[in-house]
Amino acid sequence: MQFSVLVETRLRAGVADPEGATIERSLPALGFDGVSGVRVGKCFRFVVEADDEAAARAEVDDMCRRFLTNPVIEDATVTVDAGAAV
Amino acid sequence: MAAVVGVVVFPGTNCEHDVVEAVGAAGGEGRLLWHGDTSLGGVDAVVLPGGFAHGDYLRPGAIARFSPIMQAVGEHAAAGGPVVGICNGFQVLCEAGLLPGALQRNAGLKFLCRPAAVRVTAADTALTTGVEVGTELSIPLNHFEGNYTCEPDTLAELRADDRIVFRYVDNPNGSVDDIAGVCSPGRNVVGLMPHPERASHALLGSTDGLPLLRSLLVTAGALTA
Repeated sequence: MQFSVLVETRLRAGVADPEGATIERSLPALGFDGVSGVRVGKCFRFVVEADDEAAARAEVDDMCRRFLTNPVIEDATVTVDAGAAV
Repeated sequence: MAAVVGVVVFPGTNCEHDVVEAVGAAGGEGRLLWHGDTSLGGVDAVVLPGGFAHGDYLRPGAIARFSPIMQAVGEHAAAGGPVVGICNGFQVLCEAGLLPGALQRNAGLKFLCRPAAVRVTAADTALTTGVEVGTELSIPLNHFEGNYTCEPDTLAELRADDRIVFRYVDNPNGSVDDIAGVCSPGRNVVGLMPHPERASHALLGSTDGLPLLRSLLVTAGALTA
């Protein structure tokens, strides 16, 4: 089966995010007041072939741990959907 | 015979010739090594130089750690051989797990390209053998991702084992505990953000990097002796 995967990585809570902080400081200049907690990350979209959703998720979790994130400073949220998005 | 220092070239590395030149100025022989090779060709020490290995894609060092030569570099390090990562090379060593911690974007989001005052804070490492603790050096920085960070446990361990090799006198990038460079438990793997090879000739404005490179040659020689 094919599963479409979305991996979102970001700096872990507690790790300073200078890019997010700069964006947050800039927003009021454009009239966007009251925005807080800006965190900047990356997202990866891809399709994996696996027997079932649990297997797909296990593979993606491993991928995140060993490659897509640096676990020292980043963590990831994984979304897995059955059926490949075109 | 002069100690031979292998200088690894990844696609996107751009400081390899500077390192070879500086190693020569310090009395050794620098030899370029290609990242796709699987052997170090019998060199005495290894330097991972600065630049943008594999375009810094994903994260600096994240792809480079999978280059074929990295297995040989890891084996050299495990056998006690000196391995030094400068700037991007430091990032590669952290990603490869040969050094603890990680380097994230500079606090203030400024690309730093200027000399910095750096203090030697640990002796008897591959880069500081024969260099006195407390020595202050002026060495150029050239990085965007040099903000050293690690878990509190790791920091406590680095402090307890005297493995913080260099500290900034005025922290320019937000690094935890002013860290500019650290070493492995065996003290033979050292990573630092400043570029000692750019402080290796009077014409460059500083020769403060030479004692560090001489230390590397001394430890490299000790290994083959």
